[in-house]
Amino acid sequence: MKKWILILFSNLIAFSVVAQQEAEETIEMADALRASGKIYVVVMVVTVILMGLILYLIRLDKKVGRLEKDFSEKIKS
Amino acid sequence: MAKLTFDLKNNWWKLIAVILVLYTVIGGFLIKVPRIAIVQESVRNQFFHVSMWFSMMILLTTSLIFSIRYLSKSKTKFDLLAEEFAYMGIILGILGLATGSIWARFTWGAWWVNDAKLNGAAICMLIYLAYVILRNSIEDEIQRARIAAVYNIFAWSTLLPLLYILPRLTDSLHPGSGGNPGFNIYDLDNNLRLVFYPSIIGWTLLGLWIIQLRVRVKELKSKLEDIS
Repeated sequence: MKKWILILFSNLIAFSVVAQQEAEETIEMADALRASGKIYVVVMVVTVILMGLILYLIRLDKKVGRLEKDFSEKIKS
Repeated sequence: MAKLTFDLKNNWWKLIAVILVLYTVIGGFLIKVPRIAIVQESVRNQFFHVSMWFSMMILLTTSLIFSIRYLSKSKTKFDLLAEEFAYMGIILGILGLATGSIWARFTWGAWWVNDAKLNGAAICMLIYLAYVILRNSIEDEIQRARIAAVYNIFAWSTLLPLLYILPRLTDSLHPGSGGNPGFNIYDLDNNLRLVFYPSIIGWTLLGLWIIQLRVRVKELKSKLEDIS
């Protein structure tokens, strides 16, 4: 009797775990996209755009810095 | 040929900004995220949409501090900083509204829903746009700085009730509203936190960089006006 209850109980746990996994897997995610590696293309594209913007910001920073330097030199002379 | 080396002593935080923002984008796309029905992969928007609002809050609070300091010290520099911090905060807020609208379209089914959180955020942006208009409508510099500083305190104090208190008093579709503590489902996930917290710092530092550039240009301009 004790054995049967134990088997029933363990089965219940196993079923509930499987059910949970199934429920989780029915939620559609971009698994295939990520698995096939195509998401890396998007990541690269976004990274390139961001790098471009950052490089632009660095250039702008340098331009302002040069202007500040020129200005302080002009004040001195 | 201009030297391409970066003065790291003064600009180390810009390097951190670049690293954190790149980490946000790369990590934000590639890490494992929790499986949530309807939201699905769009939960990754947390690193972009939600951090916009967090960064906005940091920048607008800094703007408030400079406004208060202006009122007590009357230094023009504080007024300039308050202005630029507020402008960058407004830009991040508008980006937050726009990205939120896109997210809402694909998870709730509409570009805009009459939700306490959404309407509150829109009203906040209008209040801050009034700050910009107010600044531009006053000719006298000292008067402008003083009135703008007082208005900034008023504008900031509407942020907390409109964005955080009122939405929690009513039902809301938006996470973190309707009596729930903020980020109940997402924040429990440690994977999300791994990118979310750095992303807030990254976007804030990037905003700070743009603010610094604008402040430097404006200071140069006023110096130029002084000598001519």
